[in-house]
Amino acid sequence: MSEVVNVRDLGSQGMVTLRGDMSSKAFKAACKALSELAIPDRNKITEADGKGIVWMSPDEVLLLLPHADAAAAVAQFAAAMGAEHHLAVNVSDARALIAVEGPFAAEVLAKLTPADVHPAQFGPGDFRRTRLGQVAAAIWCVAPGSYRVICFRSVADYTLNLLSASAEAGPVRHF
Amino acid sequence: MSTRLSTAGRLIDTAKPIKFSFNGKTLQGYAGDTLASALLANDQLLVGRSFKYHRPRGVVAAGAEEPNGLVNLGSNGTFEPNQRITTTELFDGLSATSQNHWPSLEFDVGSINTHLARFLPAGFYYKMFIHPRPLWKHVYEPFIRQSAGLGKAPKDRDADTYEHFNCTVDVLVIGGGIAGLAAAAEAGRTGARVLLIEQTAAWGGRAVVDQPTIDGQTAADWVTTTLAGLAAMENVDIRTRTMGAGVYDHGYVLAYERLRDHAPKASGPRHRLWRIRARQIVTATGAIERPLSFAGNDLPGVLLASAVRDYAVNFGVGIGDRTVIATNNDDAYRTALALHDAGLQVPVILDARAKGGGELADQARAKGIRVENGKAIASVKGGKRVTGVSVCLQAGQGAVLEEISCDCVAMSGGWSPVVHLWSHCGGKLTWDEAQAMFRPNNDRPPTGADGEAMVIAAGTANGHLYTAEAIADGWSAGRAAAHAAGFTAKPEAIPDGSDVPELPLTPVWMMPQGAGYDLRSKSWLDFQNDVKVSDVQLAAQEGFESVEHAKRYTTLGMATDQGKLSNINGLATLSGALNIPIPSVGTTTFRPPYTPISMGAIAGVARDDLFQPIRKTPISGWHESNRADFEPVGQWRRPYAFVHKGESVHDAVKREVTNTRTNVGLLDASTLGKILVKGPDAGRFLDMLYTNMMSNLAVGKCRYGLMCSENGFLMDDGVVARIDDDTWLCHTTTGGADRIHAWMEDWLQCEWWDWKVYTANLTEQFAQIAVVGPKARQVLEKMGGMDVSKEALPFMQWADGTIGGFDARVFRISFSGELSYEIAVPASQGRAFWDALLSAGAEFGMMPYGTECLHVLRAEKGFIMIGDETDGTVIPQDLNLGWAISKKKDDYLGKRAQERSHMADPNRWKLVGLETLDGSVIPDGAYAVAEGMNPNGQRNTQGRVTSTYFSPTLGKGIAMGLVLHGPDRMGEVIEMTKGDGTYIKARIVDQVFYDKAGEKQDV
Repeated sequence: MSEVVNVRDLGSQGMVTLRGDMSSKAFKAACKALSELAIPDRNKITEADGKGIVWMSPDEVLLLLPHADAAAAVAQFAAAMGAEHHLAVNVSDARALIAVEGPFAAEVLAKLTPADVHPAQFGPGDFRRTRLGQVAAAIWCVAPGSYRVICFRSVADYTLNLLSASAEAGPVRHF
Repeated sequence: MSTRLSTAGRLIDTAKPIKFSFNGKTLQGYAGDTLASALLANDQLLVGRSFKYHRPRGVVAAGAEEPNGLVNLGSNGTFEPNQRITTTELFDGLSATSQNHWPSLEFDVGSINTHLARFLPAGFYYKMFIHPRPLWKHVYEPFIRQSAGLGKAPKDRDADTYEHFNCTVDVLVIGGGIAGLAAAAEAGRTGARVLLIEQTAAWGGRAVVDQPTIDGQTAADWVTTTLAGLAAMENVDIRTRTMGAGVYDHGYVLAYERLRDHAPKASGPRHRLWRIRARQIVTATGAIERPLSFAGNDLPGVLLASAVRDYAVNFGVGIGDRTVIATNNDDAYRTALALHDAGLQVPVILDARAKGGGELADQARAKGIRVENGKAIASVKGGKRVTGVSVCLQAGQGAVLEEISCDCVAMSGGWSPVVHLWSHCGGKLTWDEAQAMFRPNNDRPPTGADGEAMVIAAGTANGHLYTAEAIADGWSAGRAAAHAAGFTAKPEAIPDGSDVPELPLTPVWMMPQGAGYDLRSKSWLDFQNDVKVSDVQLAAQEGFESVEHAKRYTTLGMATDQGKLSNINGLATLSGALNIPIPSVGTTTFRPPYTPISMGAIAGVARDDLFQPIRKTPISGWHESNRADFEPVGQWRRPYAFVHKGESVHDAVKREVTNTRTNVGLLDASTLGKILVKGPDAGRFLDMLYTNMMSNLAVGKCRYGLMCSENGFLMDDGVVARIDDDTWLCHTTTGGADRIHAWMEDWLQCEWWDWKVYTANLTEQFAQIAVVGPKARQVLEKMGGMDVSKEALPFMQWADGTIGGFDARVFRISFSGELSYEIAVPASQGRAFWDALLSAGAEFGMMPYGTECLHVLRAEKGFIMIGDETDGTVIPQDLNLGWAISKKKDDYLGKRAQERSHMADPNRWKLVGLETLDGSVIPDGAYAVAEGMNPNGQRNTQGRVTSTYFSPTLGKGIAMGLVLHGPDRMGEVIEMTKGDGTYIKARIVDQVFYDKAGEKQDV
């Protein structure tokens, strides 16, 4: 097993913020229509076929989809919600998506986030909004040893460098 | 003399010699040595000088409690002062120098202070500062300056790297002695996530030195077996060289791992700061032996009895050939036995107890060691090392009965549990009369978020000094901690320890009991800071009765060791002087960290490029490769100006201003906050946030607005655009984006939670570029796309469309007074759009401009800038912005505050323009002076400058400022301070210097 954790920018990713009453039929139906996915539980992500839905807060989910589809998704969601109070907005370009992969990837994250990312506690499908170093970030587990990080676009370089430095410093061998 | 014994030490490997240097002298030690044990093996007893009197100082202890053995370690990028030699593991090539002396360790001029001791008593500094006299300058001050600071400050950048690590565990066990091991083993058995940390490199604590029997094995064998069991548990992590530094609220603990202080050539971080969230914490932190207070107890060669034993057993080092032992308890007899076994002489054991010791004393006598009950040390003889002791009765005043020559004194005043970590977060203590110690009050533990106990003290740290009790206490602490964290398992046998029974100690706070002033003034309590028994007594006599006051007055316990050896003896001395019981005196506050941790560990990875996040716009790359002179704006780096070859920054700003006024300029305004506000109640919400009306803004239009805090002060401004029926886009200042978004959410989530409004911070979704200047429209028309004519897109309106093939939202707003389009495109296309604008604009003389040009342009137009014209004390009315305050609205945030008498006071300074008579620029921060002086003898003032620039457009200095009755005094000349005692004359004028009618922006 090579003791290396790779950190790389995954390039453009479509992201749409959807806010509304998540218990409403219209909201659920609109999410389903956009992604074929159910709204996940708190601190969870559901993913399939290049799309995903993330629980962000009690009245907000984040839709993950191909970058080119984001604008149409906003329009489609707005149309489906009709007069029901909601917000749908394309935030694809406001964010960066980073992959952290390797045998001690969880420890690389744990060097930077106060969240409990022990693999026994934070497995595939788990999602957290948290901080990495000095910036806000969201992280989720795709598979054991494979994680995704979303941060704001303006701090993408900082976050990449931060993760890379933490990866280069090697494993802690705690998890 | 101090030397290596023929008997091998437990921890050293004599097959692996190691070379190191001390004060330039090359010495040899072995793998497993600490720097202290290696120095002692080389007869280097003298290791430093004390802080105040520059007294010769030798090693006293063998662990973290050591007050004296502090050295400068390493050189250049690895130089570090104040490194404790007892916790510094020896490595090949280690280089140490002693500190706090001049010119040399052996001969130190500062030691003359010891002869001035009579003039340097407790509170000396305070007394001298009150009564300065010529003596101060010529005699005392040089000495104090000499003694300011122990080690040298590092001069080079730290060459090492550091990191943090966060983890969450069910049970954190601090301390790897037998109690901690038992706790971890029992907690681990339940399946709980357990982290066990030990500050030294070795497991087993004191038990492996003294070797009691545990479960029928030696303590060392039991430790080995237990460690193997722990290593086999997947849910348990064990770490040596990791110190529990501090316990904080809600089970947050900082631990300090020294990864390669012992192996500096290894790769990876040097230190790791663990940020642990523990459901339960077990503090099995052991106990520290107390010194005895007798005259000359600070001489090199006087050590704690346990330390003498540690050096002999662990490192095979004998401190002296002849060791006199002074004690008030049975445990110190173990030192006599250990030394005797190592072939060293113990001429006498002076047991201060009238009836002496128990079974261990019998063992000592059986080996032929002389034991004297009821006897004490009257004083220690020697200069830079011990040469002998004079013996007296403990009950007397110190009349010398005999003198005994020796080269080492081992002292034991009993043991104090290490209660630091228990106490950090509120654990209370109780005074144990029988054992003469403060121990954790288990009825008043530190409590967590749920109000339940979060820390359990265990073993000797809990006051259980015997093996049987200590190990059982550790076992039950581990079990209780796991249970409290939600884990249980069927109980197995409690580890069974046993050792020789002991007789109780007799508290001895002064030796001899009736010591006179001459002895008390040579009896040290705090070795590092030079606090003696007589100093604490003087403090009490002078009225410093609180232990916290006495501490600060005498500096007792305020050295780098934080009084680990001196606190209990000091407060017992205070108790005696005040004639009140010890528990009534109480302890000083225990504060983290337990021992000092490196600055590097605190910083972690946050250094150099990662010191702070630098926020970059989509166009930052262009700025970097085009000679931008950057300035920080919040965490953004924005171009201040783009400096052409041969230009000064000032020249560049002038050029950018002129070019923008005559041709066309380009500004990266991406940092501007952009917050989307949507919902049926959005209009109502914005009417509350802004001082003016936003609900009646027509779709497609823009309006400038002001935001105030509840206290009425202006906190942000910007242009709001109505996007559709229930959607507004609020522009904020660059620094305001996150703050104002949080402010909005605060009101929506906490106060107006039933209003139907959603917000989204879209600041980074868009690159926003301002195309500014008389030729701006020509550039956009050349690029092609949407209609940007005055008719299609008039001033203060916005429209969606395409420009040069880019999807764009174009705002006709102006912060410069020129024809201006602020164009937002998706951030991913920002750089391409910028490049396209530059190439289209080339023929029109387009040049990018920076923030200073932006400032000059807005100042020429008299536009305010948040942070210049405002400073948290300014209200919109001060800035003549009454026109932006709605009279129609019942309420807005800040309205009520602005009606209060002081806010409505007509004497508040108000905004005006200022123009110097000679055309020069008023200095930044200048005040307008008024007649006369205030009661402090300072010149009265009647105003101040808020913005001041050289205007390239007008060819002279222009400024804005707040002036008393300013708007009513147009044309009047006032005087502004220049900062050098002279004044500059300025005329009060209208704040709009350029295009007063506003025609240029509306074309």
